[in-house]
Amino acid sequence: MTFDSTFLVVAPVAIPLITATLCLFTARRLRLQQLISTIGSLILFGASLVLLLGVAGGEIWTAHLSNWHAPIGIVLVADRLAASMVLLTGICAATIGFFSLSQVAARDQASGFHSLFHFLMAGVCGAFLTGDLFNLFVWFEVMLLSSFVLLGLGGGKKRIQGAVKYVTLNLIGSAIFLVSIGVLYGQLGTLNMADVAAKLADESAEIHGSAIVAVVGLLVAFALKAGVFPLFFWLPASYHAPSPATSAIFAGLLTKVGVYALIRTCTLILPPDAEVVLTVLAWIGVATMFIGVMGAAVQIEFRKVLSFHIISQIGYMVLGLAIYTPLAIGAAVYFMAHNIIAKSNLFLVAGLARRIAGTEDLKALGGLANAKYWWGPWIMIAFFIPAMSLAGLPPLSGFFAKLGILMGGLEVVEQGGTPSLDPVSAAIAVGVALLVGLFTLFSMIKIWNEAFWKPAKQRADGVAIGVDRPTPVALDPRPVPVRFSWFVPSLVMAGITVVMGLFAGPILAWYEAMATELLTPELYRAAVLQGVEP
Amino acid sequence: MDAILAIVAGIVAAAAVYLLLQRRLLQVVLGVALLSHAANTVVFLSAGLNGILDGAHMPIIPRGETALATPHADPLPQAFVLTAIVIAFGVMAFLIALAWRTYMETGTDDLSEIWKPEEETAGPMEGAKQESTPPTSS
Repeated sequence: MTFDSTFLVVAPVAIPLITATLCLFTARRLRLQQLISTIGSLILFGASLVLLLGVAGGEIWTAHLSNWHAPIGIVLVADRLAASMVLLTGICAATIGFFSLSQVAARDQASGFHSLFHFLMAGVCGAFLTGDLFNLFVWFEVMLLSSFVLLGLGGGKKRIQGAVKYVTLNLIGSAIFLVSIGVLYGQLGTLNMADVAAKLADESAEIHGSAIVAVVGLLVAFALKAGVFPLFFWLPASYHAPSPATSAIFAGLLTKVGVYALIRTCTLILPPDAEVVLTVLAWIGVATMFIGVMGAAVQIEFRKVLSFHIISQIGYMVLGLAIYTPLAIGAAVYFMAHNIIAKSNLFLVAGLARRIAGTEDLKALGGLANAKYWWGPWIMIAFFIPAMSLAGLPPLSGFFAKLGILMGGLEVVEQGGTPSLDPVSAAIAVGVALLVGLFTLFSMIKIWNEAFWKPAKQRADGVAIGVDRPTPVALDPRPVPVRFSWFVPSLVMAGITVVMGLFAGPILAWYEAMATELLTPELYRAAVLQGVEP
Repeated sequence: MDAILAIVAGIVAAAAVYLLLQRRLLQVVLGVALLSHAANTVVFLSAGLNGILDGAHMPIIPRGETALATPHADPLPQAFVLTAIVIAFGVMAFLIALAWRTYMETGTDDLSEIWKPEEETAGPMEGAKQESTPPTSS
């Protein structure tokens, strides 16, 4: 490995760590801290773009830390899946970081928001890039600890309520993860993912059943982090509580790290004769999307509706993974990319709506689609594009993501089933997926009608509330004039959604090639172990 | 020895689950602490003991030798457990601070009081979850 590629693989972890540390040192000077944070995010974005361009052709880059070779030392691995996830993290860091400058209370920014934000990014990038299970555990903890503090930052009863549930359930997940790692190490004597995969795939070796149990334990821990049925309860209990910038990062990235770990484990580590796990995952995916969308239907708070939709969308990704064909897995990863952008964006818009109107309650909101104000059209565009993309309307990215997964399912039906999925189940899954798409559209239209189209409400004494007379939010006790810069991150993300939709063909083909590679785990193993396979 | 430690880990985990199911926040915090202890014990036990109590050697190459004396203990799980203990320590510090903040914000330690919904949406939401049980089994 040349110096360059090692450097590039480490960069997405190192840059946010450096930025976070610099932010800690400049804690007393808010302006400087904001500047460092923004520059750090932009460099992260640039580095992740370079990394993706480097591995886009299908190469797998590795970085052996401290020059210890693979099964012994910790290794960072950038294949196409990891690099594309890191790029999405970079995009989120840049846009949400910019958003946070104006939309997070100055008091919270001064008390560590920026350094926590970058520590979180380091944890996310580390989790995407690492090729070692214990290292993955450590990155998960880095991510979780920063997210705990971000969630509680600023205080207030609602945030504390959310934080208690979030922290407790995630710590239980971490304990399950740790126990699984211990058992797996006891059985196989290694935690390097490629080495674990090679040992589990080696049919001549006698493998104790507890190693398989440990792999399933890993899947349970990842499923909890991803928020799938029936382990999702912490998610809607907490994601609506923190500041909009924080909940946008959580919504975009944290659950997706869980899904990424599920995809990595299922394609790389899971032994080939364990199809039953995939069958169970498929049903879990179906249940997750259905329950999530049903939960959203009864919510009347902007970000709570969106929180339940996260769960529902995770269901699609898990289903795509469980169908386990190149097309379906590729579409699931494309879905993940689409969802990271669109969902973060919707949370940003929810934050803007709250900032402008002073409330998140859809009943009290109204009149956001208001030509009287210059920002009316902008907030409409910023909401409409990701919302319709989420609902799956062509030509936006969500349509092609769902189409890919549905086509994957129908392919299974046509071929008369795969070892993990019989045609009838596949057909049911496709049917439920279509139905859920319809309900998603319903939810988005509900928000559109209530928050945007409905005229602003009048109080009993005749004073208009909502847009015309904002109620003060914690951020600014006296309403400040709306600025165009508030909308820039949302509009950029909406632009990405449109571009992803317009170039869906090449992107999906690229992801399908990536999935074919994922389904040939020998490639990953060879790249990581470099001939020292046991 | 392994069997005794395994039983101890099981008892600690059971106690942790019992505490996690309590209504008071402090007990939940203690439950999380015990759960991480149980997890650490399991890691140590399943991966690391390797007969160290039955006369295995330390994993240090003696002076003048070129290889480890067999049998030797595996040092790696101990590094794992150390890392996990450090992480658990940090998490615990945060949890205690969070519990204190919760008490200051809400004036109570009772979780059912803390989670008493301010917003009216919690009621119908719970109902919807129970009603819409999906076709998970086929």
